[in-house]
Amino acid sequence: MTDPLQPPVKKNPQKRTVSPTRPPESRSRAALGLTAAAAEGRFALQCCAECGAVQYPPRDACCACLSVALDWRDVSPKGQLIAETRIRATTSLYFRDRLPWRTGTVQLDVGPSVICHVHGECEKGARVELWNRLDRAGQGVLIAVPEERTPNMQDDPQLRAMTSDPKHRRVLITDGRAPNAPALTKALLAAGAASVFLGEGETWRPYPERTALEALGVEFLPLDVTDTSSVNRMASEYGGKVDILINNARFLRPGGVLARGDTGFARDEIEVNYLGLMRLAQAFGPAMCGRTGDGVNSAVAWVNILAATSLSNSPEMGCFSASQAAARALSQSLRGEFRTSGLRVMNVYVGPTEDDWHQPLPPPKVAPGALARDVVSGLRNGLEDVYCGDVAKDMSLKFARDPKVLERELTMGGET
Amino acid sequence: MARLGYDGVVVTAPVSVPYERYSIETAHWWIARALRGTLQAAGLKPAELDGFTVSSFTLFPDTAVGLTQHLGLCPRWLDHIPMGGASGVIALRRAARAVQAGDADIVACVAGDTNHIDSFRSLLSSFSRFASDASYPYGYGGPNANFALLTDRYMQDFNATREDFGRICVAQRDNALRNLNAVMKKPLTMEAYLNARPIADPIALYDCVMPCAGAEAFLVMREEEAIKRNLPFARIKGTIERHNAHAGNPIQLRGGWTLDVDDLYGMAQCAPEDMDLVQTYDDYPVISMMQIEDLGFCDKGGAPEFLRGRDMTVTGDFPHNTNGGQLSAGQAGAAGGFIGLVEAIRQVTWTAEGTQVPGARRALVSGFGMINYDRGVCSAAAILEGAA
Repeated sequence: MTDPLQPPVKKNPQKRTVSPTRPPESRSRAALGLTAAAAEGRFALQCCAECGAVQYPPRDACCACLSVALDWRDVSPKGQLIAETRIRATTSLYFRDRLPWRTGTVQLDVGPSVICHVHGECEKGARVELWNRLDRAGQGVLIAVPEERTPNMQDDPQLRAMTSDPKHRRVLITDGRAPNAPALTKALLAAGAASVFLGEGETWRPYPERTALEALGVEFLPLDVTDTSSVNRMASEYGGKVDILINNARFLRPGGVLARGDTGFARDEIEVNYLGLMRLAQAFGPAMCGRTGDGVNSAVAWVNILAATSLSNSPEMGCFSASQAAARALSQSLRGEFRTSGLRVMNVYVGPTEDDWHQPLPPPKVAPGALARDVVSGLRNGLEDVYCGDVAKDMSLKFARDPKVLERELTMGGET
Repeated sequence: MARLGYDGVVVTAPVSVPYERYSIETAHWWIARALRGTLQAAGLKPAELDGFTVSSFTLFPDTAVGLTQHLGLCPRWLDHIPMGGASGVIALRRAARAVQAGDADIVACVAGDTNHIDSFRSLLSSFSRFASDASYPYGYGGPNANFALLTDRYMQDFNATREDFGRICVAQRDNALRNLNAVMKKPLTMEAYLNARPIADPIALYDCVMPCAGAEAFLVMREEEAIKRNLPFARIKGTIERHNAHAGNPIQLRGGWTLDVDDLYGMAQCAPEDMDLVQTYDDYPVISMMQIEDLGFCDKGGAPEFLRGRDMTVTGDFPHNTNGGQLSAGQAGAAGGFIGLVEAIRQVTWTAEGTQVPGARRALVSGFGMINYDRGVCSAAAILEGAA
């Protein structure tokens, strides 16, 4: 059994913070199929569309029949750990800081042998399951874990290095008054978060949930994402203590372009949903990137809660979704900019939520508790892309299948 | 179809440029010194050379082509063999066919690499696509980690112990002490082997080669040419080569030799017990055991027991890696694929000086190369026979 991870000892300010380092990032284009699957937490391998052979490492042609028709398919992750080692010397700066590092050979039931990371609880010769996770370089890697789940298995140091687990970490939720804030707070605390900070914009307005949330031990902090000096003030005070930032700040009004008489709401949407993200990233990003090697409570993840319609727009929420698409595009830039530090950007795409503004839309809708569950499990699995709710899942499948078809479906007009 | 022998073709003028742990020079510099050495040994001028093959990891961005201009050569037969530990035997068999067919009269086979302070690290990071996709992200242990897995599996399946591997390393160190050019100069005891710093369990420090700079070379020519030049030479009795064998095995416990070993001895018309010495590719001792098994000295998994009853030193009953091999003489990149072959030429021509096995006539040389992903892909072997 894995020993439960102990809370970090108080930081000695005179000691140097460990520099961010990364495992090797270089991959062939074919190998990025593994990364794409890991971003969503799937175990997929290359399968030949002609002869069905499953192969690994990824290739550009089938090693059984030379066909170039290769698909990534979800296959059984089960196998046997047939050899193992603990690496005690390496020229990689990332692994040097983390030695010894356990790796092994797993013979998969579907055929190939795979060199993989090995969870501390796997016994040599035992049946194991492979998980496909993103490492700190943001690349898909395989880790063998025991077939049976055990209580503290998430705390294994090698597995934890591939996740954004909230346990013992400090989380900032940028809009503490959003309808999803109480559920997020409770789920994060239940997952072992050390503390939750809740940003609060218009502090002068009454907030009935405040007392109940404060009773959980969370801290409300003044933070208005439309105000650069407010964001900077918060970052200078708390930037070094935020390990996970969840940006749930959102301005939303329904309607497409012609439903509105002017650009007033659109300005607010851009101000909060797009420029707000940019302000937060400029203020908190550098401090978080500098702390990705900082032990048990290192900075790990930047979470954006986005509308699923940021993938492909429709008139019901047309102007709002455009600002969400802008935020989504910005998150891709941030992924590139955070890349060298290993800070992960997790986008949570949410279908229509159970709140006042989505009242006219038909179900299914996403309840705050469901969103909170998906955020926490996304962090625990180290994901980059989470599709929350049936509408978002449906949309991601259609988007992957054919974005043009999806666009047409969404813009054809309602039920006729 | 029965294979044609190598009648009338010989190998001669073995040269080893003394290795250095680190060098500020380039691969070109090391290769030039080895080439010059082998030509001088045969009394040849560069212009008289009409065939050239080179193996090197650190020559980038150049290849054999760039070297012709760099070194002022004008060959009518040119090859570049990127097969790491198998490149010596493979250079030999290709050059021999070229000479036999008349495509070239005199072929120089050269391997050399430099070793700058950071070259091992940068070589690792660009070694192969499969390595960067699927092995180095997993702990970045390099070949040590890969061979740790093979060794672990070998020990489980065949009840081999660390002492069994240690016996190979200790004997080779004994041999290296007779080789003035060996990088390792101090004796190695079994106790020191067993207590060495762990590198990637079960592999410890003395299971690993020392990366260094160096070069090796030899010439292939017709027998009458060697006689005319009064050169001691060896005949090529048989060779084999194989790539990506046993791809379906989940982990490598055997190499391509198993597919071709009968062909090898059939061609040479001899058997394992006729060998006066054996030079295996010894990047790790488990690989030497694999070759001893796959080349017919014992059954699969029998090498630990086979070696327990034998003395692998120069004066022993199973002389093995007589110059200390890579484990004790050093691994100079692709020259590591030549070291055993060049030493074998010296042995069967009785020019090995300190490491000479008395009366050595026949040598088996084996090559193994290129951990493309999880195993060595290339295997090769040759049997040389002295003319005496």
